[in-house]
Amino acid sequence: MSLKAHVDYVLGLADDALVSAQRLGWWISRAPQLEEDVALANIGLDQLGQARALLAHAGRLEGEGRGEDDLAHLRDDREFRNVKLVERPQEDFGVAMARMLLFSAWQTELYAALRSSADETLAAVAAKAVKEVTYHADHAVHWVVRLGDGTEESHARMQAALDAEWPWLAELFEPADAGLVAAGVAVDPPALRDAVLARVEAVVGEATLQVPQVDDAVGGGRRGLHTEALGHLLADMQHLHRSHPGASW
Amino acid sequence: MTRTPAWDVAATVPDPELPVVTIADLGILRDVTEDDRGRVHVQITPTYSGCPAMETIRDDLVDALTLAGYSQVDVELVLSPAWTTDWLTDDARTKLEAYGVAPPAARVAGAGDGPVPLSLSVRCPQCGSPDTRESSRFGSTACKSLWVCRSCREPFDHFKPL
Repeated sequence: MSLKAHVDYVLGLADDALVSAQRLGWWISRAPQLEEDVALANIGLDQLGQARALLAHAGRLEGEGRGEDDLAHLRDDREFRNVKLVERPQEDFGVAMARMLLFSAWQTELYAALRSSADETLAAVAAKAVKEVTYHADHAVHWVVRLGDGTEESHARMQAALDAEWPWLAELFEPADAGLVAAGVAVDPPALRDAVLARVEAVVGEATLQVPQVDDAVGGGRRGLHTEALGHLLADMQHLHRSHPGASW
Repeated sequence: MTRTPAWDVAATVPDPELPVVTIADLGILRDVTEDDRGRVHVQITPTYSGCPAMETIRDDLVDALTLAGYSQVDVELVLSPAWTTDWLTDDARTKLEAYGVAPPAARVAGAGDGPVPLSLSVRCPQCGSPDTRESSRFGSTACKSLWVCRSCREPFDHFKPL
């Protein structure tokens, strides 16, 4: 088990949560109702909290003196390890809910399994986070069912949103470093696939939607290969910190 | 946990978002140790990973213990074991209800494992009616949800089970 693989694994999970938080923050003041503004902000805050704990852990493991802010704000897009599912714009509410459905189902299974990780910090973060993402999953389920099993218009748009997000699901199940899995630090992503799909497909059925029959998108986010969207997101997220190094308030 | 004099001071620090209860009432205060040279080590745990009140609680602990005469105060954030609403004391539940926040019910093992979540009724802290509805699962802070009472028509916060 290499240290670099361990740091990269923790960074991957941290970056998933951080980028997800940033995308959710876009909805504040733009959601269809005030309660939804509050809900998406709360879910984003949970993700941000998980990201902070994981980034701090990655920095300590790495041992080069980088803290959570350095890792969040002073890395470029090729150094981010998040999956592409979370980084693309989500300026359609149906897309935001379809993505939350997929991502929270995956995070729920992932964190549940990571509770017994040999990495004690990872296990502690996971034990806390699994309870939070259960609420995120509930939220997505309510909306996907309401919109899918709603009007003709909402049904069609929810199906289109699910079709748009589904290709990015496959990347979540790309194998992790074999040494990390063998050491009991990492959860092997392919092992989560059936449980995640079972969760999601039950909701899709309840919502009277169809499981999309679409090709998988190209992965590579864990290796730093991202869509153009991540660079734009980071420019927005990082510019204040980079313009005013060391500033605090 | 040892109930040292330093614990008693730390235990008086109110929650910044729900000042009617202390951090000890909420189960956020996990451990306080002191040595014979007046140095104190405090462990606190967040309710939710992203709880923004933790920074304030840390500052308030340092202030309270410094004021009580301790020379060096060190506050550590611990994640394990993960906080649960089961750690709220009975006293905290009573105080929250009097304050207008419906306290969490004890969590039911196995509930909520299905694909479509179910929620139990929450009693209105204003009029006591069980005829209430959830208007949003997410409220003014990470730990609360928004509810409305069908009997007295008042909206209220519910400290949601975790």
